[in-house]
Amino acid sequence: MRIPKPRRLLVVAAIGLLCACSGSPDRTTLNVFAAASLSNAFTDIETVFEVEHPDVDVVLNLAPSSALATQISEGAPAHVFASADEANMNRVADLMVDSATIFATNRLQIVTEAGNPLGIETLADLADPSVLFVTSAVEVPIGRYTAEVLTRAELTVRPVSLEESVKGIVTKVSTGEADAGIVYATDAAAAHPRVTSVNIADEFNVIARYPIAALSTSDAATRFVTFIRSDEGQAILREFGFGSP
Amino acid sequence: MSRRLRSDRPPIGILVLAGLAVVFFALPFAGLLWRAPWSDLVDVVREDAVRRALWLSIQTSVLATLVAIVIGVPLAWVLARVDFPFRNFVRALATLSMVLPPVVGGVALFFSFGRRGLFGQYLYDWFGIRLPFTTAGVVLAQSFVAMPFLVLTVESAFRQFDVRYEDAARSLGARRWYAFRHITIPSIRPAIIAGVVLAWARALGEFGATITFAGNLPGTTQTMPLATYIALESDPGAALILSIVLIVVSFGVLIGLRDRWLGNPHEVTRS
Repeated sequence: MRIPKPRRLLVVAAIGLLCACSGSPDRTTLNVFAAASLSNAFTDIETVFEVEHPDVDVVLNLAPSSALATQISEGAPAHVFASADEANMNRVADLMVDSATIFATNRLQIVTEAGNPLGIETLADLADPSVLFVTSAVEVPIGRYTAEVLTRAELTVRPVSLEESVKGIVTKVSTGEADAGIVYATDAAAAHPRVTSVNIADEFNVIARYPIAALSTSDAATRFVTFIRSDEGQAILREFGFGSP
Repeated sequence: MSRRLRSDRPPIGILVLAGLAVVFFALPFAGLLWRAPWSDLVDVVREDAVRRALWLSIQTSVLATLVAIVIGVPLAWVLARVDFPFRNFVRALATLSMVLPPVVGGVALFFSFGRRGLFGQYLYDWFGIRLPFTTAGVVLAQSFVAMPFLVLTVESAFRQFDVRYEDAARSLGARRWYAFRHITIPSIRPAIIAGVVLAWARALGEFGATITFAGNLPGTTQTMPLATYIALESDPGAALILSIVLIVVSFGVLIGLRDRWLGNPHEVTRS
């Protein structure tokens, strides 16, 4: 199709205008600091939330909750904080607008290299000194939860590495450099089939509780927290394997 | 009698810009010193984990530097003095790890030297050698990122070295190795020292490749940068003190080396 010259110019101008408008200046930026284990779920939530609230631009900062708590207490401009444990949420208690609420739960699972070549079946198998086990430092939520599980099972397991986040544990196991680790069931599911997951007996397993809090009085922050707790937000979290509070 | 053609006073513009550079370097350290919880200094430094991390850092960075000297200086010489095809390709290859984000370098090491890696699987199957999560893995990661600094510095010195000195020595009956050892190496000694210091400093500060490839375990693979980063997540005060310990050690070595090996800089500037 041939477009006459003056019209062609108009088309170009229209496209130019469209482009200029899409980066609409009146969208409010909402900085959401979320635990590394929430990465996939919150990326989905961001998309859905932005469709329903076109005036808000959600910017995710995904890292271990302990690192996020440090960033926030050092003055990082966080509007909402979703932590993987209550201990790290409490570190920013004086910045919360309202008290934090639990919005999701998670179970722990053992992950092994794909196909579980060592035949790891129970927690006790992790105590075998020839098993290369990776976890995190106790300051990181997954590290503390893992320590809790091992204490309940009365096991002493010597890790070969303390990874900086749950993602690090998954990477070391999925590349086959480590034999096993304990991670959130949601991370294990996301890493499937690069890893094989093994259930932990209920009597030893702990339930990880995820609190969320607004750190800003802005309307967008309140709306985001409300969305997370709404049926719609909860349904997305369920999809990724999180339990209800 | 010598007549001064130029004033001894340096141009004001250069002084201002140089002063700006000094401020630029000094400000972050000022911030660090300002925020550091000095009252905890003794407690943190006394901690076993800190002393182990510092000792491990010193050991691994020195070993990584030795590796860089043993194979890096010969490589620098070959790059400077031997004409062979693909020389530019080899030179680029030898400096690639300098440009690579260290975490990517760590992942690359994984896929080659890891237990399931391209070469690592044979190391493991045939000799039972496993590099990830070991101190040797730390040295490997540090050498990988630090060696280019030595190779680049020394290669440029070999290029500038006047080959006629070597030729003169050989015409007087010196064997090739003797001339290299007693004429070439001593004349480029300042460059070698500078390269060694750069490589060592880079190895000491190495973080990304180490945590990715060697993991993080106190006493085995947790070097000072890793201990600092981990502490930053839970106890920023301790992290600041760890950084200061690392700064004091490196600063001491850098200043000490300069005086010991390069002499007083004022003696060599005028020629």
